[in-house]
Amino acid sequence: MAAPAAAFEVKTLSPPPPPRRARGVLPGFGLTLGYTMVYLSLLVLIPLSAVFIRSLGLGWGHFYEVVTAPRVVASLRLSFGASLIAALINVIFGLIVAWVLVRYTFPFKRLVDAMVDLPFALPTAVAGIALTALYAPNGWLGKWLLPLGIKVAFTPLGIVVALTFIGLPFVVRTLQPVLEDLDREVEQAAATLGASAAQSFVRVIMPALWPALLTGFALAFARAVGEYGSVIFIAGNMPMKSEIAPLLIVTKLEQYDYAGATAIAVVMLVLSFGLMLGINALQHWALSRHGGR
Amino acid sequence: MAAAESRTAGRSPALARALLIAVALSFLGLFLVLPLLTVFVQALAKGVGAYAAAILDPTAWASVKLTLLVAAIAVPFNLVFGVVAAWAIAKFEFRGKSTLITLIDLPFAVSPVIAGLIFILLFGSHGWFGGYLKVHHIRVVFAVPGIVLATIFVTFPFIARELIPVMQAQGKDDEETALSLGATGWQTFWRVTLPNIRWGLMYGVLLCNARAMGEFGAVSVVSGHIRGLTNTMPLHVEILYNEYNYAAAFAVASLLALLALLTLAGKSFLEWRQPELRHAARQGRDRTRREIT
Repeated sequence: MAAPAAAFEVKTLSPPPPPRRARGVLPGFGLTLGYTMVYLSLLVLIPLSAVFIRSLGLGWGHFYEVVTAPRVVASLRLSFGASLIAALINVIFGLIVAWVLVRYTFPFKRLVDAMVDLPFALPTAVAGIALTALYAPNGWLGKWLLPLGIKVAFTPLGIVVALTFIGLPFVVRTLQPVLEDLDREVEQAAATLGASAAQSFVRVIMPALWPALLTGFALAFARAVGEYGSVIFIAGNMPMKSEIAPLLIVTKLEQYDYAGATAIAVVMLVLSFGLMLGINALQHWALSRHGGR
Repeated sequence: MAAAESRTAGRSPALARALLIAVALSFLGLFLVLPLLTVFVQALAKGVGAYAAAILDPTAWASVKLTLLVAAIAVPFNLVFGVVAAWAIAKFEFRGKSTLITLIDLPFAVSPVIAGLIFILLFGSHGWFGGYLKVHHIRVVFAVPGIVLATIFVTFPFIARELIPVMQAQGKDDEETALSLGATGWQTFWRVTLPNIRWGLMYGVLLCNARAMGEFGAVSVVSGHIRGLTNTMPLHVEILYNEYNYAAAFAVASLLALLALLTLAGKSFLEWRQPELRHAARQGRDRTRREIT
């Protein structure tokens, strides 16, 4: 009971709220917010709700039957599994790339830095056919991997390669500003106190990087789960083996199975949104812990 | 300070530093440079003559024109929305602001395939408005309007998310001064706000345009793949590739790769003009979040 009273006390002590017309100094609030809401609703919210409303029409039994079909479960498992592996690869190498770009100087650094955004700029279909040509059994890389018994193109491994490409910029770009802001004096203090480079990395640098790493991971993962263009060329697209969930949606649409396509879409949307919310909450928690130090 | 600097430098041996740079550059070389190189090498594999023939082919030309048309409609739509939404969000305080920002970002969390699917569910022959459209002989899906809608959906957040932090950083003092000196709302916007945000605006347009021209998944679902009519460049690449016409597929792909390189160059130029743009989106979001919580 004491806490709300204290909160009330603080509130009365704070300066009085600005006069009502403070918002009215700049014009256009109603117009711009109204336009934003209408445009957002017409182009995003209402169309997106169509998926959920249409899936309700399926009935629970039919919906359950569609989404638990072995081929659907296999495709969802593949999409989320491959995305998880790709996002983890990007966390490890993204950390190294961001570190190198922020801390060290080397020739053509600016060019390398600019190239990191290539996966954002290169159309996914182009990335798809290029990676396939590279990793196909007669490709520049595939040729060397084949004698080692490693097949990349037309296997789930190829999917991981494509999703790693797609998610590459996210971890680097979320880590860079955090690394730039990192106070080096703390590291120097750790060094003066006798910490080794490894100790200082684990105890001093990593705790500050966790929230950004988590954000980068989440962004790369979310992007990878829904990815289509770069994957379908390299995947081989064999049902149960190398067929990703977005492709299965397309396949069902081509067979005029709208109900099936909608059901898979709903599962994907719910899983991704749920995951993003969870990671958001986790990040919020990490940020508040770190911020409160 | 200098002594401390050299001490830490001594603690981080040159070997580790060289190793990290090597790992980062190998990773980027493997995942970024090699695929990009492949596109151009494969495009010219059958000689310059075949390359020119593939690009000058009438269906290839039709796909180039359609891609330009779609971007020319989708980008201005999202540009107006971006400016309007940023005005409402950056210049005014209101409840539910963070929810609104999350909703604007929503299309980034939706698979492109699902983005296409939702417009089939709305405007397809079995869709909500399918009957009405059929009676009035209006084609949305499997025609250009559907491609435009799907493109607007997937590029929806680009310009808004770049402009919101830029406008927030500008504050509203300039505008309030202009208004107090007797300028009208429109004059203030055109003469004060717009010049202030022009680099951020160009940045957003650049990224939005790259995605609009390169979008594959969403457009693939709604296009119907009618050669010469509803094929954008990425879809044309797919068709040529699936016909085993690799040189032609990579020739058209090389045009898209050039667009990507131009985008990266433009992006670097704008970041050089306005260094805050680099991490503006992320920092803006964090600031908004902090203000609200």
